Amino acid sequence: MSATQELVQKFTEKAELVSAFVTTVSSEDEAFKYVIDLCDKKDACQLLMSGCERDLSDKAEALCDTKQQKIIAAPGQKKGFYKELATLSKKAGFECIDSGMRDHLAGIDIGVTYAEYGIAETGTLMIDCPSEELRLATMISEYHVCILPKSKIKKDSYAVEKMMLTRMKKTPNYMAYVTGASRTADIERVLALGVHGPLELHILLLED
Amino acid sequence: MQKAKNLKEYREELRESLDNDFLRTTLDNFAIAYKAGRANAFKDMDVKELINEIACSKDEAGANADALYKEFKENAEAAGIHVHYAKDGDEANRIIAQIAKDTNCKKIVKSKSMTAEETLLNHDLEAAGLEVTETDLGEWIIQLRHEGPSHMVMPAIHLSRYQVGELFSDVTGKKQDSDIDKLVKVARRELRQKYVDADMGITGANFAVAETGGIGLVTNEGNARLCSTLPRVHVALMGLDKLLPKLHDALRILKALPRNATGQQITSYVTWITGANECASAEDGKKEIHYVMLDNGRSELIKDPLFSQVNRCIRCGACANVCPVYRLVGGHKMGHIYIGAIGLILTYFFHGKDKAKNLVQNCINCEACKDVCAGGIDLPRLIKEIHARILEEDGHPLPNMLLGKVLKNRKLFHGLLRAAKWGQKPVAEKDGFIRHLPLIFSKEHSFRALPTIAETPFRDWWKDNKPHVEKPKHRVALFSGCVQDFVYPEQMAAAVKVFAANDVAMEYPMEQSCCGLPVQMMGEMKTSKEVAIQNLRAFELGAYDYIITLCASCAGHLKHNYPKLVMDKPALKLKADEFASKVIDYSSFVHDVLKVEEKDYKKVDTKATYHAPCHLCRGLDVHEAPRKLIETGGMEYVECSEEEVCCGFGGTFSMKFPELSAELLSNKLNNVEETGAEVLLTDCPGCIMQLRGGLKTRGSKVKVQHIAEIMAENTK
Repeated sequence: MSATQELVQKFTEKAELVSAFVTTVSSEDEAFKYVIDLCDKKDACQLLMSGCERDLSDKAEALCDTKQQKIIAAPGQKKGFYKELATLSKKAGFECIDSGMRDHLAGIDIGVTYAEYGIAETGTLMIDCPSEELRLATMISEYHVCILPKSKIKKDSYAVEKMMLTRMKKTPNYMAYVTGASRTADIERVLALGVHGPLELHILLLED
Repeated sequence: MQKAKNLKEYREELRESLDNDFLRTTLDNFAIAYKAGRANAFKDMDVKELINEIACSKDEAGANADALYKEFKENAEAAGIHVHYAKDGDEANRIIAQIAKDTNCKKIVKSKSMTAEETLLNHDLEAAGLEVTETDLGEWIIQLRHEGPSHMVMPAIHLSRYQVGELFSDVTGKKQDSDIDKLVKVARRELRQKYVDADMGITGANFAVAETGGIGLVTNEGNARLCSTLPRVHVALMGLDKLLPKLHDALRILKALPRNATGQQITSYVTWITGANECASAEDGKKEIHYVMLDNGRSELIKDPLFSQVNRCIRCGACANVCPVYRLVGGHKMGHIYIGAIGLILTYFFHGKDKAKNLVQNCINCEACKDVCAGGIDLPRLIKEIHARILEEDGHPLPNMLLGKVLKNRKLFHGLLRAAKWGQKPVAEKDGFIRHLPLIFSKEHSFRALPTIAETPFRDWWKDNKPHVEKPKHRVALFSGCVQDFVYPEQMAAAVKVFAANDVAMEYPMEQSCCGLPVQMMGEMKTSKEVAIQNLRAFELGAYDYIITLCASCAGHLKHNYPKLVMDKPALKLKADEFASKVIDYSSFVHDVLKVEEKDYKKVDTKATYHAPCHLCRGLDVHEAPRKLIETGGMEYVECSEEEVCCGFGGTFSMKFPELSAELLSNKLNNVEETGAEVLLTDCPGCIMQLRGGLKTRGSKVKVQHIAEIMAENTK
């Protein structure tokens, strides 16, 4: 097995251990297809899974009403990338946005992002997100789909240290290590996914 | 939170926790799951080396705190962040309230910060008319209940799903059931609105990186990311102890923090914020960020030669996770705001003597915390040192003074023990136990029978029975400790038999006395030091290759504490170092040095299980030798669950907290009885006293012996 294959294998194993869905895609087109399928399969009422079906206080409940159509958000991506995804979304009947996340704080269905690097040791995505729109897409989406080129998978956090420093020194900077979905074990130490962040994390390993 | 005025009130509070079945079950399950989880998370890693690296890097950071703060501040300010220094908690809270006022903020969302708990930030902000909402699920729950955290990482671990369900029913005004997943979603929705409404977000920081002027936040829920993104103002409150020179230092700690805290390889999110980021809700599109750096005694602490190591704490909470006392009583009783072993220490420094004085006595000295600490802090020692400081300030209670006086005078001490033999006559049974406890013991002590003082102490036996070894291969000195000298001399005699058969020439220096650990456990450092000096003078080091003791606690104390106790006396320090290097426990000596062989022992096929004394398995890092010896000595070893968990003796601890000692013993004996073994073997007379006494009270048939005894019995 080549060194890259080993890293990919380790990354996949570790990410799946923390309930991330890892899939290999051969092209961006395949990634788009994955996103659209996922959004399609995602129950229209899926948003309700994140709390709207619960008995809530009136104020919190009001927030649930603000959402109508399924939304895919892909801010901060290359123009061609966004254009293609937007076209496919429209065809499938979804709204696709690349800005205005603050108008959708009740939640968006899918946030699509690119990771700068992957860390095999822990199955972690390193996402550089100084842009607020991009940052919010990774926080308020119910499903976060992140594309990670295989060549960008490094062994451990020390191996991305220099790249982190380069970005941090170009202030202001906001960077995230994302590993699995948002989680808590605060009630009786029982693991529950999707507290304040995404309910699911999908990682698309892109052949390159 | 500590409210008890004295030890009696504190013990009453402990009783309440012991009677809380939910808490007991939760913490028992957690203690067991944690150990497996942690071991799995650190699999294939050199944990000791990592801990060592963290300790070195944090020590260096502590020593350079002034320069690091300057560098951090300059870099942060250059990136558009406001940096404030707060000398104490009140000042930190004032600064934050003022920021809210100046920026016209009314509603605050907060992510978890132990530092904010330390300064009681929410109280002050609410008093200033601000609405503060905790967004970490556990923190939100305890905020709604007006409680403090009971664990640093899992603040609401003391609550059941039913309690949370009822609480959320009150909050939403609608009936909620107790399904955890549903409760989590209720919190998700209720709190989302709070982020939307908030104008200020408050977070802590796990790392303050000097080279970038940025911070790092380690979280699972994702709430810190929302708190630091949505509101137009962000305040991060952090202690000086979070300062690190390089990003690399933070990445190193990140390797240990989640693994040690919860057995996770990494948390869901690690957020790195450097500079005033884009923020659409701010007028100029840039977030207003303030760092509040809290001193609150830290800058003094890092200058202290002994206590500076407190700065190494990375707030993982592992010291609570493995603490047998925490497991019994939970964080509200095993801490004030910071909990667990580090909590006992920090309470004294951050919240004062009155909050700490009862707490620091509640350490059983089993060293489980020290063994697991990500910064390699010698937690049990620091706890004892604080206890000693408090005694210095408040005066020593009468029993301590008396014991101190007696121990300093070996002849008086031994004379009293001999006199006790006559005094116990009316209550002594033939089976070696006292029929009923003397009046100085209250009924809480009845969970275990106490042994009688032996007819002939070892030192008297030795005079008539010292073996003559023709051609010695090793020359050793024996250190008996009080219990084996006066209560269980037969254990020493058994060792002497095996040693003589293996050509070991022995000396028993008559001037030796109690090792001093019992008084040190009571916080009497001065007496401890004097007793140590007596013992050091009693031994002629040049004459022996080893100093052997059959008592794990004595061994640990002689080896690790003697050199520290005489640190200020250079000549004695040299002797103590040499002395310490020669100290060895029975099992290691017989297994590793004498290398005894199976063929020399009768095979008896008795099923035997093992209890690992704290001061042997953790204190001396001896694990294999005793277990191997059991099999060499002709018995069948069956593993016991939680073999390396404390039996609850802890010397004077069991006198002070009999109800805790009884529970620990009960857990231990349940595990022992489950193995189906006929014999329980161990390496420490203190543990034997506890285990035998407990089994006798239970009416159990399991026999407790020192490994030395079965080796002697089974010698061919």
